[in-house]
Amino acid sequence: MMSVPEELYYTAEHEWLAISDSTARVGITDYAQRALGDVVYVSAPAPGSRVTAGDPCGEVESTKSVSDIYCPADGEVTEVNPEVDEDPGLVNSDPYGAGWLFKIRLDSEDQVPPGLLSAAEYSALIQEEE
Amino acid sequence: MPDPQPAAPRRTPLAQVHEGLGATMTDFAGWQMPLRYRSEIAEHNAVRTAAGLFDLSHMGELAVTGKDAAAALDYALVSEISAIRPGRAKYTMISDADGGVIDDLIVYRLADEDFLVVANAANAATVAAELTERAAGRAAVVEDRTDEYALIAIQGPSSAGILATLTETDLPSLKYYASYQATVAGRDVLLARTGYTGEDGFEIFAAPDDAPALWAALTEAGQDAGLVPAGLAARDSLRLEAGMPLYGNELSRQTTPYEAGLGRVVKLDKASDFVGKAALANVAEKAPARVLAGLVGQTRRVPRHGYTVLWEGKPSGTVTSGAHSPTLGKPIAMAYLDADAAAGADLTDGALAIDIRGSAEPAALIKLPFYRRQERS
Repeated sequence: MMSVPEELYYTAEHEWLAISDSTARVGITDYAQRALGDVVYVSAPAPGSRVTAGDPCGEVESTKSVSDIYCPADGEVTEVNPEVDEDPGLVNSDPYGAGWLFKIRLDSEDQVPPGLLSAAEYSALIQEEE
Repeated sequence: MPDPQPAAPRRTPLAQVHEGLGATMTDFAGWQMPLRYRSEIAEHNAVRTAAGLFDLSHMGELAVTGKDAAAALDYALVSEISAIRPGRAKYTMISDADGGVIDDLIVYRLADEDFLVVANAANAATVAAELTERAAGRAAVVEDRTDEYALIAIQGPSSAGILATLTETDLPSLKYYASYQATVAGRDVLLARTGYTGEDGFEIFAAPDDAPALWAALTEAGQDAGLVPAGLAARDSLRLEAGMPLYGNELSRQTTPYEAGLGRVVKLDKASDFVGKAALANVAEKAPARVLAGLVGQTRRVPRHGYTVLWEGKPSGTVTSGAHSPTLGKPIAMAYLDADAAAGADLTDGALAIDIRGSAEPAALIKLPFYRRQERS
């Protein structure tokens, strides 16, 4: 079945966030990678760039389609995963681990940014979409 | 009146097998088909290096039989069908009166008066109706037999070796674009050496009830050789690398065979008249205004169907098919280019680009195909 780790936060656009102190690691969910098929290229926002929640800030290209990445929170990009640039298939093989896409220093600092879904809420959402 | 409910997609005789394998299914041309089983790139690579197993039971099978069957097909299609020897097959097209392509087809001559025309699923009913109309008044009968056939393809360099364990038919003597009546895994089939992947391979026309047993036998026979089931996603990237056209992308009623680089299939000088002859003869005399070209992206962004091709910054063509090529590791595309752009653009001069969602991504023009298999020595 579809993996939705308990400890992460989610968006309705199928991104996940692992929040630790004031930094969020961001990726796309298992559900998203399955729907996309094999990922062949990821365009992530450049380190140092400002991002705004809800705005498109990158793209995931799969064999059959291209999808926008929507930024899940306000903040500044601090790091992009160089391994995914080398091997985009990591997004498929390990979406919550080695396939993470980028990190954001959150404007909300140590507060969880508004508008995110819990694992239970996200699970309910993808069950509706099935 | 309310709109009628859209018909539920048709299921092939292998639908349960695909579901059991955990395939991602997709609606394609009115059929529920496997898009991929696990990774479409792994499926693609398996076909290039070992073998892949495909369910193509959605394809249309139209039987044309009778004393005048050959003559009827000479009139109905652009090639000289009467020149095909029994046991051989030919890639051809059915054209409308204006020279536009109604469908691309493979015609198998099974016997002197017995032909099997294989049409794309989306066009099968249209082709059947056109053939019936074009055969009117001749001693030829056109029947849509799609429901009487399952079609399984085994494609890739290991396919002959795998198949040899399941049949006594002499496979080395079965030439490309030839077919035999054969027994495979104890089932009577029509076995053809044809395909749509750019690799050696076979297409097996079988009774629907025999399809699950044949699939299972092929799967088992191919296990040690690396055979995997492969879906429509891999089939599309394989045919694109091989430079093969897909109806609806490279071919349509708005394109002629000449624009698609397939003028060789049109036999203007055959003895018989044929539908579209006058229009096609007219087109053949002139240099086409646009030509089908191959493009290799120089960045990692992937061109998609419908994107605009730029030559020296000006819109000069349209992408018909685009994908990441697993074999080349680069984005590839087929596109219709204005003839002056195709002639003026040097192979790597940097004048060509593809507008990928607002950004001009440089592309190099190459001679199709993108991939050609090593000939067997």
